Formats: sequence, C-alpha cells, structure tokens
Amino acid sequence: METLRFRFDGRQALPAGEHHALVGVVASGNLEVLLERLPLDGAMEIHIVTAARGFGEIWQAVLGDFAARHPLRDLRISINDVGATPAVVSLRLSQALEALQESAP
Amino acid sequence: MTREWNDLAQGRSRRLARAAGFAQARQVRAEDAVALLEAVIEPGDRVCLEGNNQKQADFLAQCLAQADPQRLHDLHMVQSVLSLPAHLDVFERGIARRLDFSFSGPQATRLAGLVAENRIEIGAIHTYLELFGRYFVDLTPRVALVTAQAADRDGNLYTGPNTEDTPVIVEATAFRSGIVIAQVNEIVERLPRVDIPAGWVDFVIAAPRPNHIEPLFTRDPAQISEIQVLMAMLAIKGIYAEYGVDRLNHGIGFDTAAIELLLPTYAESLGLKGKICRHWALNPHPALIPAIESGFVQSVHSFGSELGMERYVAARSDVFFTGADGSMRSNRALSQTAGLYACDLFIGSTLQIDLQGNSSTATRDRIAGFGGAPNMGSDARGRRHASAAWLKAGAEAARPGEMPRGRKLVVQMVETFREHMAPAFVDRLDAWELAERAKLPLPPVMIYGDDVSHVLTEEGIANLLLCRTAEEREQAIRGVAGYTAVGLQRDRRMVENLRDRGVIRRPDDLGIRTRDASRDLLAARTVKDLVRWSGGLYDPPKRFRHW
Repeated sequence: METLRFRFDGRQALPAGEHHALVGVVASGNLEVLLERLPLDGAMEIHIVTAARGFGEIWQAVLGDFAARHPLRDLRISINDVGATPAVVSLRLSQALEALQESAP
Repeated sequence: MTREWNDLAQGRSRRLARAAGFAQARQVRAEDAVALLEAVIEPGDRVCLEGNNQKQADFLAQCLAQADPQRLHDLHMVQSVLSLPAHLDVFERGIARRLDFSFSGPQATRLAGLVAENRIEIGAIHTYLELFGRYFVDLTPRVALVTAQAADRDGNLYTGPNTEDTPVIVEATAFRSGIVIAQVNEIVERLPRVDIPAGWVDFVIAAPRPNHIEPLFTRDPAQISEIQVLMAMLAIKGIYAEYGVDRLNHGIGFDTAAIELLLPTYAESLGLKGKICRHWALNPHPALIPAIESGFVQSVHSFGSELGMERYVAARSDVFFTGADGSMRSNRALSQTAGLYACDLFIGSTLQIDLQGNSSTATRDRIAGFGGAPNMGSDARGRRHASAAWLKAGAEAARPGEMPRGRKLVVQMVETFREHMAPAFVDRLDAWELAERAKLPLPPVMIYGDDVSHVLTEEGIANLLLCRTAEEREQAIRGVAGYTAVGLQRDRRMVENLRDRGVIRRPDDLGIRTRDASRDLLAARTVKDLVRWSGGLYDPPKRFRHW
C-alpha cells in the first residue's frame, strides 16, 4: 500500500449540484473515487491510497492534467486504487465530476 | 550414366510397400498407428504434423512422439502451429531436430527453452502464407499427418467447418509423391461433402477420440472495459467512418470485439449501416453475431471456424461460406490471401510499439512466432485494384511528384498501459533481446512501422500517413502514448501542432466525450446476450457458460 497526497490551487468555483459523488469500485484494475465539496481555502486536495507502489510520478502527471483541465476550488478527492491504469483513473475522475454536478431531482 | 527421374515416386512406393501389412483398403487401426508412422517415415524426412490455429491432429502427434527414436530421428518438422505438448515432445525425444513454423502461442516458453538447449534447430519463423508458399517451393512435406472430421470407406475426407490448413498441406504433399495420413473422428458410409478427394489420401485412421479444437476467437463481452468501448468509438468514428472502410479484417482480442459489438449501437447511431464493415475476412467471431443480425454484415470468409458457431453459421449461409450440405467451409490460405489483397483495413492489438511504430508481441523468454498478422497488417504492395478507402489512405501518404497509388489502412490499437502497468509504448522492443538470446537473424517484428497507418489509444488517434518526417512520426506516436515514459517525454509544442493539423485527433476533436464510453453501448454485454441475439443457434463452449 502507498498513500499519496496532492494539492492544487483552484481558480473556478464548482457549479451547483450534489454535496458529494462516489463512482467506481474497489476491484482489480479499477478504483473508487469520492468527490466532496469542502472549504479548503480554494484548493483541490487529492488523497490516494493505492495497492501499486512506485507510480507517484504518473499520478502526479495524471492529476496535474486533470487539475489543469478543471482548476476547481474547495474540492476533496479521495481515491482507493487497486492498480487502475491512467486511462481508467481519468475516466473515473470525469465521471465523478459529472455526477457531482448533476442537479438533484 | 543416366539419371533416374523418379526418385521421389520410388521412395513413395518403398514406403507404401513397408506399410502394406497395416492397411486394409487405406484404413489402419488406431493401435497400429505408431508402427505405421515408423514404417512410412524415414530418418531426415520433412514431416508436416497438422497443427492449426484451432483443430489439431492430436492423436497422430502423440503417436509420432511415441515412435522409437532409434528408427525415427532427425526429422524436419514443417507445420504452421505448435500448440500441443506433443509438438515439442518429438524434439525432446530426439525424433525431430529441425523446425520451420509460423506460430507457437501456448508452447512459446517451452520452445524458447528447447532452442536455448540446442534441442531444436529453427529453420525460419514464417507467416502462414510464407510457410504455405514454401510447401510448394523448398519445404514440401515428404509425409503429412492431417486431421479431418470424417472419412468414407474410399478415403475421401470431410473436414467439417474447421478446414483450416488441410487443403494446402495435402495438395503440396500428394502432388510431389509424398504420403498423406489422416486421423478422422469417424468413418461413415456417406460424407456430407468431400473436402479432400480420396486419391490424395494414402491412409485413414479412426482416432480413439475426436480431434482437439480450441475456441480461440471467443471473447466474453462481460470482460470488455469502458476504455475498450472508448477506443472502439474512436476506431468507428475516427477511422471506419472517415475512410468508409467496407472490407476488413479484425485481429483477435477484446479491443476488436468491442468494435464488433458497437456496430449495431454506436455505428448505427452515426448512420453508418450499409456504409462500413460489410465484407470481412474473419473467423466466425461470436461477437459479430449482433452486427450480422442487425444487417451490418453481408459476407464473411473464414480462416477456420469457432466452436459453438456451427449451427449459427449453417443457418446464415447468405453471410458465411458453406457447402451444399449446409456446413461451413473455411480455408486458411485463401482467407489469408483475402485479408492481404482484398481488404482495405486491418486492425489489431499488440504488446509493444516503439517510436518508429514497429510493433511486436515478442518477450525475451517466449518464441511465439507470427501467424497471419504480418500479412493482414501490411500494405500489399502488389495490389492494383482501387477502392475509396485505399485511395484516400494513399492520397494522404502521397509525396509531391510521386506516382499516385493506394494504401492499406493498418491500425494498431492499444491501451497505453496493459495490466500491471506494463507500458505498451517503449524506446526499444523486447524483440531485440529475444533475437539475441534465440540467435534469430532479425528482431521478430509483427508489424513494421512503415506499414502502420494509424496508432489508436485511449488518448486518441495518430495518423502516421500524414507525418512528413521521422521526427513528426515519433512525436505523433509519443502524442498518443499518454502517461507512459515515452508519452511523458513528448515535445508538447510539436504535439499540439500535430493536433492542429489533424495528425493527432483526441476524443474531443472527434466529438467523442470520454464519459459517454459506457458498457451500455455494447450490443451484447454477456455471452448469454450473444446466444439471445443468435436466436439460440450459438452454442457456447462450457467454459463460457456462466448461467
């Protein structure tokens, strides 16, 4: 197990929607992503627990690109990873973001 | 001194005379099979032991492996596929010494070990068409051990849906004074049809059990990932629609199964029915059933069959090649020719791609061979007939002042990382190391970079036809290599420039939203769905039945 933390300064406020969103599953080659709206001094904080050690640089690159595409303020992202590829990580992040922005019925 | 001009025929008579005691009207009892082989084969003979991609002359393989190495030794095996343990037992026991082959999938690791111990001398590793070609030039079998579904009392053979390599092997052997021995599942009064005429067959043995057939082309839709759905969307919208790909071959695997399962849904929603994917050189993939049922597919010619597809194929004779008896007729040599010369596109997966676009499935400890992919996945430079897709690809690749010509579309489709984060993009292929270890004359490259027209990953499509320099080509490949080391080292400015020119197209550029890549787009999400689509005609092998 390895734990990684990243923090990016945000520039955009999150559009209205749910308070939190959970997508994905904890299964081999997959991951679970939890997004929560929290007051974080305008930052996006990402907390990762991963089964695959030694891929910090790739996480940094994947999440850096995500933060550049979506420089969001006051968002916490918690990830439970079981060896997902970067493609799956990016897909889950964008699915989670979409779910968070869905307006409540 | 005058020369005899019929040594081969005399050798044949000698062998037949030695075997006379074992045969009654060409039929030999299974218990006499080893003795028959010892009587007919001579040391140093070239022997073809029919090992196909799917069906195997497994009884004859075991009999040959049981032969006495004092009597049978130094044989030269010329066979397309090494798939059974017995195929290598003949080398381990000292019966055979030299090997010319095409593909060794399941035996690749053991083969590499035997080569390293100098127990096997490899003549060459071929593609199917090359090996079949050499059967008629300098590697004609002296004795061919083949397999068929059934024989009649005269020795005519019915191969059933899995004809595969049998016609090419038997033709080469029989017409050069060789000996043909067939194992059959049953001997019947009347065959459904004759696939190999009795005059080309010397001995028939009813094997104690049916020949082994491997369901190689069945992919369970339940295992297709969302990333594979995304890549299939990119292939359909970014390549099939763009070029109007109407005649094609798909490689084996989940990536291409995803494309097949998106035809009745995603491709149909883009209005592509009747415009793409009508004619195929393809084994009867169960994943193609929904596309066939929804009217996408007009014709399919197959290299071999697929277990469980027999009744479905027989009931769809408008689509598949079938005999008057109703059952399928396949033919590897002819379908490979169709894939090479009559198709506009090949798309397949691979293990590694380097910065020139060369791709390889070789790893340092396995000698897996080539099979048919290099022929499918190459620009057929001898092709002369034009089609819209071929002309468009050719125009994209054209340099000013050159004679206009067409180009085949050869697409390599890979996720940037495989399982366990193994990168698909590398600076140097493992093929180099294998070549050194196994003393191969060249690194075993499956598809050469200059034959590849597009590299497709979840990051987008790199159109290599539009690259004008080696550097552009390298950056185009890096540009779709994602977060692999090779991808992270891209020149970002140059990659953006290639994107502006349409050399690289991201999902966004094609109007594809990544988050729309859902398994809900698959026309069938389970094997059971495929059975339903087939109206109950598809009968999947037990290992694929989860209900």
